[in-house]
Amino acid sequence: MDLSFLAIQALNGLSSASSLFITACGLTLVFGVTRIVNFAHGSLYMIGAYTAATLVPRLLELHFGPVTFWAGILASAIIVGLIGVLIEVLLLRRIYGAPELFQLLATFGVVLVVQDLAILVFGPEDILGPRAPGLRAPVEILGRRFPSYELVLIAAGPIVLGLVWLLLRKTRFGVLVRAATQDREMIAALGVNQALLFTGTLFLGAFLAGLGGALQIPRVSAHAGMDLSIIAEAFVVTVVGGMGSVPGAFLAALIIGQLQAFGILIFPKSTLVVVFLLMAVVLAIRPYGFFGRPEAVGGTHAVGIASSKRSPYAGLIALAVIGTGLSLPLIGDAYMLKVATEILIFALFAFSLQLLIGVSGVVSFGHAAFFGLGAYGAALSLKWFALPMEAALPAGLLLAAAGALLIGGFVVRLSGIYLAMMTLAAAQIIYAVAFQWVDVTGGDNGIVGVWPSAWASGQVPFYLFTLALVTIAVLLLMRIINAPFGYALRAARDSEARAEAIGLTIRRHRWLAFTISGAAAGLAGGLYAFSRGSVDPSLLGIPTSVDALTMLLIGGIQTVTGPLVGAGFLHVLRDQIMPLTSLWRLLLGLIIIAIVLVFPRGLVGTVRGWGEERS
Amino acid sequence: MTLLSVQGLSKSFGGVAAARDVSFLLERGELLAIIGPNGAGKSTVFNMVGGQLRPDHGAVLLDGQNITAASPQKRFRLGVGRTFQVAQTFLSMSVVENVQMALVSCNGESSALWAPARTRHREEALALLEQVGMADVADRPCSALAYGDVKRVELAIALAGQPKLLLMDEPTAGMAARERADLMDLTARIADAKSIGVLFTEHDMDVVFGHAERVIVLVRGRIIAAGSPEEIRQNEEVRRAYLGDEHALEKPKGLSPA
Amino acid sequence: MTKASMTRWLALGLALAFAAPSAQAQQAPIKLGELNSYARWAAFTVPYRSGWQMALDEINAKGGVLGRKLEIVSRDDGATTGDATRVADELVNREGVSLLFGSFQSNVGVAMADYANQKKILYIAAEPLTDAITMAQGNRYTFRIRPSNFMQVGMLVDQAKASGAKRWAIVAPNYEYGQSAAEVFKRLIKERVPGAEIVAEQYPALGKIEAGATVSALEQAKPDGIFNVLFGPDLTQFVREGNTRGLFEDATVLSLLTGEPEWLLPLKDEVPEGWTVTGYPWDEIKEPKHKAFVDAYRAKFNETPRLGSLLGYMVVYMIRDAIELAGSVETEAMIKALEDTKFDTVIGPVTMRGIDNQATMGAWVGKLVLKGANGGMTDWSYMDGTPFMPTEAEVKAVRKD
Ligand SMILES: Nc1ncnc2c1ncn2[C@@H]1O[C@H](COP(=O)(O)OP(=O)(O)OP(=O)(O)O)[C@@H](O)[C@H]1O
Ligand SMILES: [Mg+2]
Repeated sequence: MDLSFLAIQALNGLSSASSLFITACGLTLVFGVTRIVNFAHGSLYMIGAYTAATLVPRLLELHFGPVTFWAGILASAIIVGLIGVLIEVLLLRRIYGAPELFQLLATFGVVLVVQDLAILVFGPEDILGPRAPGLRAPVEILGRRFPSYELVLIAAGPIVLGLVWLLLRKTRFGVLVRAATQDREMIAALGVNQALLFTGTLFLGAFLAGLGGALQIPRVSAHAGMDLSIIAEAFVVTVVGGMGSVPGAFLAALIIGQLQAFGILIFPKSTLVVVFLLMAVVLAIRPYGFFGRPEAVGGTHAVGIASSKRSPYAGLIALAVIGTGLSLPLIGDAYMLKVATEILIFALFAFSLQLLIGVSGVVSFGHAAFFGLGAYGAALSLKWFALPMEAALPAGLLLAAAGALLIGGFVVRLSGIYLAMMTLAAAQIIYAVAFQWVDVTGGDNGIVGVWPSAWASGQVPFYLFTLALVTIAVLLLMRIINAPFGYALRAARDSEARAEAIGLTIRRHRWLAFTISGAAAGLAGGLYAFSRGSVDPSLLGIPTSVDALTMLLIGGIQTVTGPLVGAGFLHVLRDQIMPLTSLWRLLLGLIIIAIVLVFPRGLVGTVRGWGEERS
Repeated sequence: MTLLSVQGLSKSFGGVAAARDVSFLLERGELLAIIGPNGAGKSTVFNMVGGQLRPDHGAVLLDGQNITAASPQKRFRLGVGRTFQVAQTFLSMSVVENVQMALVSCNGESSALWAPARTRHREEALALLEQVGMADVADRPCSALAYGDVKRVELAIALAGQPKLLLMDEPTAGMAARERADLMDLTARIADAKSIGVLFTEHDMDVVFGHAERVIVLVRGRIIAAGSPEEIRQNEEVRRAYLGDEHALEKPKGLSPA
Repeated sequence: MTKASMTRWLALGLALAFAAPSAQAQQAPIKLGELNSYARWAAFTVPYRSGWQMALDEINAKGGVLGRKLEIVSRDDGATTGDATRVADELVNREGVSLLFGSFQSNVGVAMADYANQKKILYIAAEPLTDAITMAQGNRYTFRIRPSNFMQVGMLVDQAKASGAKRWAIVAPNYEYGQSAAEVFKRLIKERVPGAEIVAEQYPALGKIEAGATVSALEQAKPDGIFNVLFGPDLTQFVREGNTRGLFEDATVLSLLTGEPEWLLPLKDEVPEGWTVTGYPWDEIKEPKHKAFVDAYRAKFNETPRLGSLLGYMVVYMIRDAIELAGSVETEAMIKALEDTKFDTVIGPVTMRGIDNQATMGAWVGKLVLKGANGGMTDWSYMDGTPFMPTEAEVKAVRKD
């Protein structure tokens, strides 16, 4: 490994750091002012890339010379900035005061909507943009060729940093942005036109995202899916740098760029893991990143389960539901049973999350980790140790519980948005391991041939088996929620100060809750693996976590039965609608947004609300 | 032995010295008031005694045991109960469940996973609510109470831990004058009966001079005077500290508005 | 809405409009279940859908099979194993299809083969190329039409002999298809080119290549031969970065599938000239039957065909022939009809070999050149699959059935 190679590798690292910083800078600015972690930031980046890859070739055809290329990049970024304004006015403006879970989900709804819209507008195929005129030829560095465009990118990062610095220091807008980042109340007190400030910030943030995306077009083709990969990295950058801190983002991007460039030499197959591991380590040592400040946790306790009078019919309803479940094999066909099986599995998955979110107020954004660990645990023990299903399921459950125990140890030290980001990072690490540890997990291929034992292989027996396990697990969890342990979790959620003052060891309780919840999700994951006959890394992905959150949200976070209803509703909807349209994600995104805006209490909560109003 | 001994506590936030070299003693069964203008550092002292804040310097001794670095949980077990300036209760629970929760914790049952919480220690909790006059709303959601009532519930919660030291940061805020006196009478009775030492702060001077046995005056983080209510009322420095609000230290002329 | 899904809606509408009157006159149609990665791999699958749609229309215009019309119920397989088996379940259990065909990614193909075996339903893998589908994971319910990795790599390696390259580097997507192709290449190059060694291997994640880093890592090993398995967006970025850094200048490059229009067209004028590739020079194939197919396709869709179009078209015709031969849509009868049967296709006769359920369809092998604004193939020839198939002994050694 000679010097010139190391130098080139360092330059590669710098250029990806630059690109990353430009995008992450927008994210962190938006967070600083609005306190919203904007999942859709990655979508804006994607739109920037698509727009530029479509627009710039048209402009180049006009033959105005190299300047048209850069004009096209800038125009694309401005277009994206305007889209950002649109998102602010239509959506964000309405959820500034909402609990962070709702904010995260609503912006994720935008991600889903944009994914389908982008395909509608730009077509399904990947678009590689033109190369920058005048920068096609490489430059020679220490006897090696290096793309000259990358040098431009390397310069772009510091330039953007400088311009943003000037903007923040020298303009009234910048002063306001900084003030808002420091102290939100102050801005309100100053009588500043907040709406304008927030809209302006969103324009700036979206502009930077668009710029980051547009600058990529000569080297990366614009494609669906770039939104989630960039947002995951941008999250890492902002969290490591400290949410809201621009210099922090720059430093973090530099470190991550080099880590990736050289990490590929040392751990060629664990590039994804390295990045998220960095984030986990930084958060474990400095819970608020390099330059971040503790966030006043606000308003989260507004959502969650509250004590309510036990309905006299509760037992009857439960019996009726179980009875219907038991008699389903008599009336349903094989496919209906398959759907019912999956609904049960997702109900358990969502319900396990309810223990964290609704009961403990711990907003986990990476619950897929435990679902996936359960599935992989079962599949791996089947593949490597030839365990039968009866042993593989507990093995999956144990793996998930162990994972939750480990991750929980880090997570319960954090709160609010940092906690959500940490769970997300943890899930991404496990995703990356499953994805890149090909020898053991099969990587992208996953593991196939995960079929139930002979006695349970028919649709009816497997359904009944699932019904039994899920019913037991849910009843146990309900018991826990109503037991002192569940109350202690709620106590800590309602008021940490009070909970501590009456001697509750909040972290220990949350840690145990995390583990129990992980175990339950793991059981669901194991069942899912056997239901589908295979596992693959997508079980661990962000969309799976969001699925669980969406089910919770649809059902209603304040209710115990919400997640069960939510799982049923979402799954049936998906099953009915997905075959009919290629716009399923658009629809799902709109549903999520609508629920956040219109029915924040979810189906069960809303119905119960009507009942209470009448009485 | 002295119940609470506070020795040279200091705390600063950035540039603001919220407490400077604060020392005092508190005996069992005694009612001690800390008074001072807004931002004087009263809550800061309470939080250092209650364990919510770690002092920069100084020590807190409970029954001779150094608890300066102990967690709030540990202090709870050692017999420190408290109410907060901004009432802290479990708003998602009913009133009686709030108290039950404290009893559950007191009995070391907070990790129990099986028998429902709502049936545990209910009678005991109702009895405590009876004491603070909240028994009739025991099954109402805590979030539906008036602020003054929430304060009462907080007192019941604090008492559930059978404390020997009770910290009350503005316990009567949000109550009508009549109720304030009643609540402090009640507190005094309980303190006397169970020989609990009570440290409290109040902006209502009627309450302070009517109930405290001793008064400490805190200004800009420093104790400027300590003594019996009568001594404090006469103290020139205290009068100056409350300048512009000369009547604050006057003897009450009937009921002052809430 | 994309054009394709528009046609789907239209088709649905038409089907509904005409369903009622024709139902009385005729028996219920034969339902075929089709699943593919229409969202994730649109570049290949959308032309593929046009291909099967065209065959379907032609067949039904001539009265269908066994006096019944054919109906294809098509779904997106989500490009993941779990989604694919779930969709398959829906097709089998809810739609009641007689057989399944399709899928793009090799890992999904393997999962589908496993599913077919578990549920005892016929599955015809159209695109997935991994050897596993007909070898290690092969089973009597799973058939494949396209030439496998082993066959295509074999064709390429034969071309490499002449080049004299000995220091080989491999770059392949890190999933079933890439892994399988790389493994076959390593084996064949050592067997067939004496003195050949592998000096570098890069396995970027599918769809997530870091092209700059990958190219410099390959460059570092100074290979004189490169075997590429990348396709789609990974390929485009790899080629651009490799061109810039001069990676291909003094190296012999063998590349799977790069001559197929679906992967070649996005490269535009940046085609790496001189690469030896498998592909589909559709405009230069002069056989009348094939030309008729191309003309009909262009007339119908106003679009030039991709390899996917040809494949979709062929698959449906082969299924029709098999059903006709079987005389029913019973799984066992259809398996019997497929095995060792010679099918007459637009590219000539193709036999479905019984021992491994692999068809003898071949591939076009040639070199890449720039023709005007786009790339194309030159010096190409069609190589029938038969001589490149694994021997009976090799098959018997790995297949479990
Ligand atoms: N967490 C904190 N961070 C920074 N400054 C603080 C913090 N807590 C208190 N302070 C500052 O310390 C000083 C003392 O505050 P403290 O709340 O103890 O006053 P107080 O006497 O209780 O006032 P009040 O009568 O208004 O309740 C004030 O200047 C306050 O701004
Ligand atoms: Mg105070």
